[in-house]
Amino acid sequence: MTVIVKTVSSWVKVLIFLFGIYIILSGHLTPGGGFAGGVILASSYVLLMLAFGRSFVASNLPGSLASRLDCLGAFLFALIAILGLVCGGTFFVNFLYQEYFPGEPFALVSAGTIPLSNMAIGIKVGASLFLVILTLAAFRAESQQPTEQDLADPGVRGKE
Amino acid sequence: MNAPLPMFVAIPLVAAFVLPVLKGGLKPVATLLANLVTLTLLALAVMSVGKTGTYAMGNWTIPLGINLVLDGLSSLLLLAIGVISAAAMLFSVRYMEQYTAKPKYFSLFLLMVAGMNGVVLSGDIFNLYVFLEIASIASYALVGFGGEHEELEASFKYMVLGSVASALVLFGVALVYANTGSLNMAQISATIRQIGMNIGLAFALSLFVAGFGLKAALVPFHAWLPDAHPSAPAPISAMLSGVLIKALGVYVLARLIFTVFGVSVPVAWVLIALGVSSMVIGVFLAVGQWDFKRLLAYHSISQMGYVVLGVGLGALILAREGDPLWASLAILGGLFHLLNHAVFKSLLFLASGSVEMATGTRQLKKMGGLVERMPYTRATCAIASASIAGVPPFNGFWSKLILVLAAVQAGFYLLAAVTVIVSLVTLLSFLKVQRYVFLGQLPEDLERTQENGGFMLGAMAFLAVLCLAMSLLVLLPGLRETVLQPAVDVLVQAGTAPAAVVAH
Repeated sequence: MTVIVKTVSSWVKVLIFLFGIYIILSGHLTPGGGFAGGVILASSYVLLMLAFGRSFVASNLPGSLASRLDCLGAFLFALIAILGLVCGGTFFVNFLYQEYFPGEPFALVSAGTIPLSNMAIGIKVGASLFLVILTLAAFRAESQQPTEQDLADPGVRGKE
Repeated sequence: MNAPLPMFVAIPLVAAFVLPVLKGGLKPVATLLANLVTLTLLALAVMSVGKTGTYAMGNWTIPLGINLVLDGLSSLLLLAIGVISAAAMLFSVRYMEQYTAKPKYFSLFLLMVAGMNGVVLSGDIFNLYVFLEIASIASYALVGFGGEHEELEASFKYMVLGSVASALVLFGVALVYANTGSLNMAQISATIRQIGMNIGLAFALSLFVAGFGLKAALVPFHAWLPDAHPSAPAPISAMLSGVLIKALGVYVLARLIFTVFGVSVPVAWVLIALGVSSMVIGVFLAVGQWDFKRLLAYHSISQMGYVVLGVGLGALILAREGDPLWASLAILGGLFHLLNHAVFKSLLFLASGSVEMATGTRQLKKMGGLVERMPYTRATCAIASASIAGVPPFNGFWSKLILVLAAVQAGFYLLAAVTVIVSLVTLLSFLKVQRYVFLGQLPEDLERTQENGGFMLGAMAFLAVLCLAMSLLVLLPGLRETVLQPAVDVLVQAGTAPAAVVAH
């Protein structure tokens, strides 16, 4: 891509990423939330991939790290649900809101565990969508078979 | 009793997201953890037998929130899932050494278990759909796990037909919601009993029959199964044939028809027709197969026919307001056969995996004389073959006997005869397996074949013992009262009782 595209998209990427974080953090107040925000986070990397190519993105956020983040997000979400069972007596109960920290309605820090769950989902969706795109980008447009190195990285293989 | 219900879903789900992180040197830890999870689930399932309860997630009341429901039928399925997943996981310890990415395999396996447990426990049709998708998507990935051409093709075919099934189910859920204003099964059932069936609901029911029929691979919808089940790694074939088609297909079909929509004569005839055609066509397609696992896959279709026939016969008797005793006998036969089929078909798939791992082939014609080389695998395989063919001391005999008795008592002599004939053809095709795999001349290239010991043998021996021991489930009245009868009562009472009793 030309230098204009590269320069602009490297700036815009940061803005998109910030917007994604904003959507996740205010998910309990405005439309959006963990899923939508996570998609926006991943789309910032799509822009980067279109401008700089796959290998640049893969070195910026390696597939193995994204895979760990993916697991971490899902694990955190389940952990919040289990904490509800431990602290509040019921699975998925909003124990923070009910017992420890009711908070002010419509404030950024409110609604108990809901923002925390949103963050966990945001990490999960962002990382897994990023991995999906990274894997799809391994199959190039010229109907060329992906090389071993391309595939090695997101790694969805079984038998060798 | 209230705490364990979400644990059936939460434990495998949490473990599934921890396992992929344990790579490289931590693989043994992942293996141990995965086995601990399935054993814990088995213990929880055994503990839940004979109990009932509901659980409101996050303390939200029913029209707002999601609830989990445990009754006799759910705990029967939970038990089947627990037993088979524990055995398949134990078998995987050694079998999956052939593949790389073992932690990913365990992760997908546990996701599938979480999805199935969720389907069985869910008291809400949309939540059921979500769990159905979790289990299905994990199983698409597992079918293609080998990554070879044939496996990917089977996985793709399975994925397309599975997605069609899911779309039909989702459409049905939407129609039910539009017509009753609720997604909770108990509330839908109460509404339907008040307003009666209208065209929208009838269409939704037919969508459900097609959708879950596809998931259960009943005969007009069976095309994906003979490709998908043999292509998966053996423990996954055991899970797919053993419990997935039951938990996602037949269980949901029975649950929706009996407790949500209420039984009626046309629906009962549809079930019987699906059951009989699956039985007959499945078995005749199986006889001609020369691929070991493909033969077993066709038998899964045929044996699921028995289950659906039992349930459908029960529905017909209830809908005609016949004697509930014979209806309950027919349903008992169907559900007992479901449990039996889970055990012996999983054992057969594990044995086929053991043979495939030792010889490197699945073609019956290339094998022979393995009885000298693999005596233990042969013994377990013979027990399972006797069970599936309905040879007397084993569990398969009792469930088929109950079905035949119920059919005769209800006056369906032709159905009883078909049941017996299909059983004979099954026996014939398993004699063929015994003859070509284990007896006869040992080919030269297989002379150095080694028996698979250790965990694989342990898993097969566990299921083989169950094949014999499960006869006690009907023969000992105490066990029958605690395990099978509550499941039968759920369906029979829902089929006979007015709305108030059905509330979950």
